[in-house]
Amino acid sequence: MKTVTLTLTNSPELMLEGQNITPDNFAGKKAAEIAALDVWEGKQKSPLGKYFTVEGDGAATAEETKIVLRGDCTRVKRIGQQMTAGEIVIEGNADMYIGGWMKGGKIHVKGDVDSFCGIGMEGGELVVDGNAKSHLGSSPRGEWRGMQGGLIRVAGSVANDTATFINGGTIVIGGDADIHVSTHGEGGTVIIKGNAKGRVGGQMVKGDIYVYGTIENPLPGFQMVGEVEQEVDGETARFAHYIGDLGERHPVSKGKTVYANLYTRI
Amino acid sequence: MSELLIRNGFVFDPLQGIKGDRMDIGVKDGKIVEPGTLKNAKTIDAAGMTVMAGGVDIHSHVVGPKVNVGRLFRPEDKLFKSPYKSPTCSRMEMGSSVPSTFKTGYDYARMGYVFVNEAAMPPLHSPHVHEEIRDTPIIDNAAMPVFGNNWFTLEYLKNNEIENNAAYTAWLLRATRGFGIKVVNPGGSEAWGWGLNCVNIHDPVPYFDITPAEIVKGLIETNEFLGLPHSVHLHCNNLGNPGNYVDTIESLKLAEGYAPKNDFGREQVLHLTHLQFHSYGGDSWGNFESRAKDVMDYVNAHDNLTFDMGQVTLDETTTMTADGPFEHHLCSLNHLKWANVDVELETAAGVVPYIYSPKVKVCTIQWAVGLELALFSKDMMRTFITTDHPNAGPFTRYPQVITWLMSRAARDETMKTFKWLDKTIDATSIDSIDRELDLYEIAQMTRAGPAKALGISNTYGGLAPGMDADIAVYALNPENMPSDPTDIEKAFSRCAWLVKDGIVTVRDGEVIAEPAKRTVWVDVKVPENAQVQRDIYEHFLRHYSVKLDNYSLFDEHLHNPRVIEVDTTQ
Ligand SMILES: [Zn+2]
Ligand SMILES: [Zn+2]
Repeated sequence: MKTVTLTLTNSPELMLEGQNITPDNFAGKKAAEIAALDVWEGKQKSPLGKYFTVEGDGAATAEETKIVLRGDCTRVKRIGQQMTAGEIVIEGNADMYIGGWMKGGKIHVKGDVDSFCGIGMEGGELVVDGNAKSHLGSSPRGEWRGMQGGLIRVAGSVANDTATFINGGTIVIGGDADIHVSTHGEGGTVIIKGNAKGRVGGQMVKGDIYVYGTIENPLPGFQMVGEVEQEVDGETARFAHYIGDLGERHPVSKGKTVYANLYTRI
Repeated sequence: MSELLIRNGFVFDPLQGIKGDRMDIGVKDGKIVEPGTLKNAKTIDAAGMTVMAGGVDIHSHVVGPKVNVGRLFRPEDKLFKSPYKSPTCSRMEMGSSVPSTFKTGYDYARMGYVFVNEAAMPPLHSPHVHEEIRDTPIIDNAAMPVFGNNWFTLEYLKNNEIENNAAYTAWLLRATRGFGIKVVNPGGSEAWGWGLNCVNIHDPVPYFDITPAEIVKGLIETNEFLGLPHSVHLHCNNLGNPGNYVDTIESLKLAEGYAPKNDFGREQVLHLTHLQFHSYGGDSWGNFESRAKDVMDYVNAHDNLTFDMGQVTLDETTTMTADGPFEHHLCSLNHLKWANVDVELETAAGVVPYIYSPKVKVCTIQWAVGLELALFSKDMMRTFITTDHPNAGPFTRYPQVITWLMSRAARDETMKTFKWLDKTIDATSIDSIDRELDLYEIAQMTRAGPAKALGISNTYGGLAPGMDADIAVYALNPENMPSDPTDIEKAFSRCAWLVKDGIVTVRDGEVIAEPAKRTVWVDVKVPENAQVQRDIYEHFLRHYSVKLDNYSLFDEHLHNPRVIEVDTTQ
């Protein structure tokens, strides 16, 4: 593994569009070539080196390339967008779209992230030690094919519209979730270890949601069918089991109607 | 003034019967002229290349409210899907199946097209249609208002008042600056307002108590009474359903006994659009099969008909049609998002995204049906290439469609990707067809034929002196065609040269100029008709949400008009 360290020394005035900051783009490039990659501040295109000092060269492949970002990246967007392999460590906060449309590899953010992180994710791992804002692991605007696979782990809390149109993969939230979780979901798993505000599983067809705390405003489209004991994220607990959203269409598999499952801890 | 000489190309001009002769084409002041009359011409060397008239698209949904609904409710159609950044065009190009107006104009030009007929204009929304026509660069546009579910039309035809319907039609063409009579699911879209449909041509429309068959016949009579450039342009009832070929042939039979009456060289009385969607056998999705042969046996034997393919291109696309009930039906099959619009007394529309997947048997059978229609055709001057853009696929896939038609190897290559190849072969005839079309036949299907069917072949679709100097040059040598069919596709995707109105517009596949585009419409003079005037006044007073004075298109909405005049008073 070869490490490329980017240190933000000249903060952008506007948000910086950093979709070129991926192991895929850095692989096979020397530090100077990496510093010459494009980033956009508003509509102005500049080389990455205008904002960051670049130390270290990329490895031959994305798999062997690790990127470390230092300095305050609160206004740097799209880090790791569409990455397929390798590793990114962001030492502090980052802006929107971190790990968007990610296919593989790992991103570790040690601070908070803004909205749309892990959007359209297909694989890989996105770990956030702080909080995330809205549309975590959601589908992009208009798109009905949401998260397909991979793992998102946020230690803190998230804002609204988490996992819209989720189709696969897992999202684990250590804290609370605001409204709209797994809206239109057709697969995948969302685990909320804190409380959820409401509209959990609206128009959900398939897939699983676990809420360890309370749901302030549960939806009437979910019906309790029993109690179950399950192992979730490495620990076993008892849950009340609901199926839904009963207002939505549901496929039939092997003669049985398939519903989405909502589990609340008891 | 400006002169241009396109030298030494292999010229294909079916309107003059020129089949790949090596000749020069002269251009002066935007018109084709005899090369000998030029004095000081700039030269384009077309040696070893194919020269055709600019392409003419008879049926495509490119402007207007339902296209815009598609653009608005499919932001994902833009995301990562329009990466092409032209080095020469300054306008943003976005979208894939529902491209922005700018991308639409540029992409058609890059393929060597100069004329596109918008297939469905809701009359009430004609200002929107014309504003988008203005914003679509380069290509000349016409737009057909929809009549098949219009309350006026239904009432007049029910009472067999052809002359009154003709007067109303002339009024509406003028009010909307429209081009001809479009009919979508006659009666069915009106029935949709009652939650119903007309599934066959003898199924009466609720309240109006008229059948689709009576609507179509009445409109053919109206069209020939007026002598319009184009014929009735019909989207048949029962689109997209297994077994619908029976209804389709019944619809085709409605044209029996009618002869064209017009001064524009048109020889058909009925144009069938996206015939692919109407040529299905079976009675369920399980035994769904091609009936292209049966449909084409009928079409081949009746030369007062023309059709376009509506070829499925196996892409993710956006369906949009004035066939409201069909879109609702489609949404219940694929569970994707659905938009629906009702346009008062006139029409309706629906929009649903759709994925034609090579992994889905119905889709690969649909693919075969479209190609079979063209490959079974005996008259390519009556057979036109379309994808019913964007319903069966985006228009940017015409080069792929041309390649499938010209190369059995290209068809085989595509069929290799089919998950249900054996079942597709069993349900169709595609695997037993070796026919490969030549460049002359492609010129018939993409310019000469559609121009003639639209009644504009004195201006578009050919290279005779006096016609518009719209000329496409493709890097294809007919004496040495590429062995790899994908090279055919490349040549038709990005023409080597496009001259539009005598201006060099595309060079090496890139747009380098944006000549003034036109709006083509048909102005029909009819005798004063007090009854129709009163009916229009009354309906607007009682039923429309707008006042009559605000309904007709204002002149400022009309962009660079080219008027085709028809005088029925003589
Ligand atoms: Zn149609
Ligand atoms: Zn159409």
